[in-house]
Amino acid sequence: MALLETVNLKRYFGETRAVDNVSLTIDEGEFVSVVGPNGAGKTSLCNVVSGNLMAESGQIMFKGVDVTHATAPERVKAGIARSFQLVNLFDDLTAFDNVSLAIFSRDDKTRNLAKLAHLDEAVSAEADGILGQFGLAAKRNELARDLAQGERKLLDVALAYALRPKLLFLDEPTSGVSTRDKGQIMDTIAAVVRRDRLTAVIIEHDMDVVFKYSDRIVVMHQGAVLAQGTPDAIRTNEQVALILLGSSGPDAFSRKE
Amino acid sequence: MTIFIIQVLNSLFYAASLFLIAAGLSLIYGVMRIVNLAHGTFYALGAYVSAWAVGTAFGHAGGGGWHLMGQLLLLPIGAIAIAAVGAVIEPTLLRPLYRRPEEYLLLITFGLLMVLEDSMKLIFGGTPLSAGTIMDAMGSIPIGRLLYPTYNLVVMAVGLGAAIGLWWFIYRTRFGVILRATSQDRRMAAALGLNVSRVYIQAFAIGCFMAGLGGAVVVPAQAAVLGMGVDALILAFVVVVVGGLGSLEGAFIGALIVSFVRTAGIQFFPEIELAVLYLIAAAVLLVRPTGLFGRA
Amino acid sequence: MNPAAHTEVSVTRTSIAAVAILIGLAVLPYVIDIYQVQLLTYGLIFAIAALGFNLLLGSTGLLSFGHSAYFGVGAYTVAFMVRDLGTVSMELCIIGGVIGTTIIAALFGYVCVRYTRIFFGILTLALSQVIWSLAFKFFWVTGGTDGIRVPGRGMTLLAGLIDFKGSGAFQKFVFSYYYYVLVIFAVVAALMWVIVHSPFGMALKAIRDNEVRARFVGLSVRRYRWFAFIISGAFTGLAGALWVPLNGLTTPDILYWPFSGEIVFMTVLGGFRTFTGPIVGAIAFNYLKTYAVASSAYWQLVLGVVLVVLVLVLPNGIIGTAQQLFRKLRRH
Repeated sequence: MALLETVNLKRYFGETRAVDNVSLTIDEGEFVSVVGPNGAGKTSLCNVVSGNLMAESGQIMFKGVDVTHATAPERVKAGIARSFQLVNLFDDLTAFDNVSLAIFSRDDKTRNLAKLAHLDEAVSAEADGILGQFGLAAKRNELARDLAQGERKLLDVALAYALRPKLLFLDEPTSGVSTRDKGQIMDTIAAVVRRDRLTAVIIEHDMDVVFKYSDRIVVMHQGAVLAQGTPDAIRTNEQVALILLGSSGPDAFSRKE
Repeated sequence: MTIFIIQVLNSLFYAASLFLIAAGLSLIYGVMRIVNLAHGTFYALGAYVSAWAVGTAFGHAGGGGWHLMGQLLLLPIGAIAIAAVGAVIEPTLLRPLYRRPEEYLLLITFGLLMVLEDSMKLIFGGTPLSAGTIMDAMGSIPIGRLLYPTYNLVVMAVGLGAAIGLWWFIYRTRFGVILRATSQDRRMAAALGLNVSRVYIQAFAIGCFMAGLGGAVVVPAQAAVLGMGVDALILAFVVVVVGGLGSLEGAFIGALIVSFVRTAGIQFFPEIELAVLYLIAAAVLLVRPTGLFGRA
Repeated sequence: MNPAAHTEVSVTRTSIAAVAILIGLAVLPYVIDIYQVQLLTYGLIFAIAALGFNLLLGSTGLLSFGHSAYFGVGAYTVAFMVRDLGTVSMELCIIGGVIGTTIIAALFGYVCVRYTRIFFGILTLALSQVIWSLAFKFFWVTGGTDGIRVPGRGMTLLAGLIDFKGSGAFQKFVFSYYYYVLVIFAVVAALMWVIVHSPFGMALKAIRDNEVRARFVGLSVRRYRWFAFIISGAFTGLAGALWVPLNGLTTPDILYWPFSGEIVFMTVLGGFRTFTGPIVGAIAFNYLKTYAVASSAYWQLVLGVVLVVLVLVLPNGIIGTAQQLFRKLRRH
């Protein structure tokens, strides 16, 4: 069954077609990668689906409900969570509080102003559990701003994950970290996603990563969906190879820093 | 009809001085993103300095034509003095704070306000200072059956002249280009090799000059009193908010709107004339946060 | 620079420290003279206002330059109740004052939280001056610049249990009122502490740190800011209500924008990044101002210099700086 369905989704910036007539279906339980050269509209698509940008036209259906005009918090409540390419955390809160806040918000407990946050044992236990899953248990009491880049990337994903979404939209979770950390971050994410049978859409540049983890790959170019299919189908698609190679250099199919 | 003309003239007179204050406030905000709470106090200080200079040099007795000329020429000294004060304050007190959250800049201007308010009291004493001899010497012109002070027309001319001069300066000179470039993107301007520090001093000094000029031209008509700056600041804020923070045209139109509304208010709804002005400001902020002429 | 977030909140330790301080404050009137008691009462009242103000600045990251409005509405509501309704019960006055302020704060806040940063500041300022100009101009209602008299000894405390009649009424009032204010202060400070450390308070800090991400963990940012605004206004209004009988008079001065500046001043003096900062700052500011006014005609100059130096040299305020020193000492 389709979890997310976009119909002729469109968002332009002046002449730039950031998202151009994108009709896309994501089924429940899928692990989908969105690839494409820089400026292909991947992040814009993520922004429009998550509510960071509003669509100019078209429709977004989530679990059969039209969320095209819903605000970002409403979409979060409906079950769409996202991470950010440029790490977007609560820098003056600890790693633990970052995750706790997501849980409080998810459970509508942020309305509670008469109880100390740290005395909520259920939330504390869950937050610690999530930090553990993401390998951040030791960093629990560090301020988010003091964490290393790889840890910040993981915490960013952990925040989205803590919302227990139906759909996890990850915007380049491994960009800006070392090659060594990349594998580790992706393994962590993949393990978490598989365990919970989450539906995940991940924007990624590194084709090794994409081929390794995806059930399906969506290729975007100039705001539109150029091709989609299984990793094998995409690997052998010459048009795709041309776009990816032509636009982002000869290393499009190899590791990129 | 005569009354009406007088009211219009009064509004224009009031608009001229408001424009001078507001244009400086707006310029400083536009270029440096500083909301200068001490700006009204600069205006008051300009009034005091000019009144003091005129009074000291010519005494309080009226005089002949040459006398008047001298007094008029001496009047702008308030503006020059305030520009000098600004040129000292910017590099010493404001510059260390540019990297900090904007709250601190706002607070330090509030501290400056307190310091300057009392400094005026200390230097000029608690009694009002006036340069009324100028006003008296210039006499009045008949309007219908009533007389209107000629000096007020001078103030209007100065206000208009300042508006044109400032416009020319900002849009037609090389320095204006630099100023606008800096206001749009400080780091880019610095990267292009502009001396941002110098632009900031100059912008701040010009803003202060405008405030001081406002005080200087007003003081022959209205005596300088303690507290006039604090009152003026909020009205200048209303002007700037209505017109758009950082916009010269906005300050001009805003000053006209505020002064006409105020004149009408005093006439027809005196109890709520101020409240109406603040509500207008709040309403404009809500509907068009960049003001009527502001850019986003 | 980091706030004290490394250690988890210890309820026990905080309570012990708070109780010790409160006992100290309760003993104090037996040691100091009545004038000092009165000064300290003012300080505690301003501390309540600053605590309220700092829920916006410290926790939510919004600098209001219009908190004089809420202090003033609290004060004027009490003054109207006493003058026009003949209310003498301080409790009724407090309830009335807080309700009045909450309504105004809800109204103004709804408008103001649409913006942040400097626009928020100017909007709060403009709206507060609406109230000021009304109090200033409608003199037949508000007494204009003469204000409204509310003599403290005319009030009763604890539902009429304590009143002040006969000789030495003023001394008796000041003495009793100190304890009255102290208890209220203790209660609302504890309340604010819980709010700041509640999930709600955590949400406010998250919004302060990163508005965008806050929306993407599902927080309706504007609504949270609005609630924070209302709570902040109500606290400040409570302070205004408590202030009137002690001051004996309310004038439009407490509605005029420089008073908003003083509230900001107090908070920054103590340190707006800490919970206790506004409390210490308010008490310190009150002493500073009182002595500056008493010892010099140029008290504003003194305060202004203090503020300028504070901003330039000690931006973290008294408590923030003390904490930094303490941490440095412990590390070495």
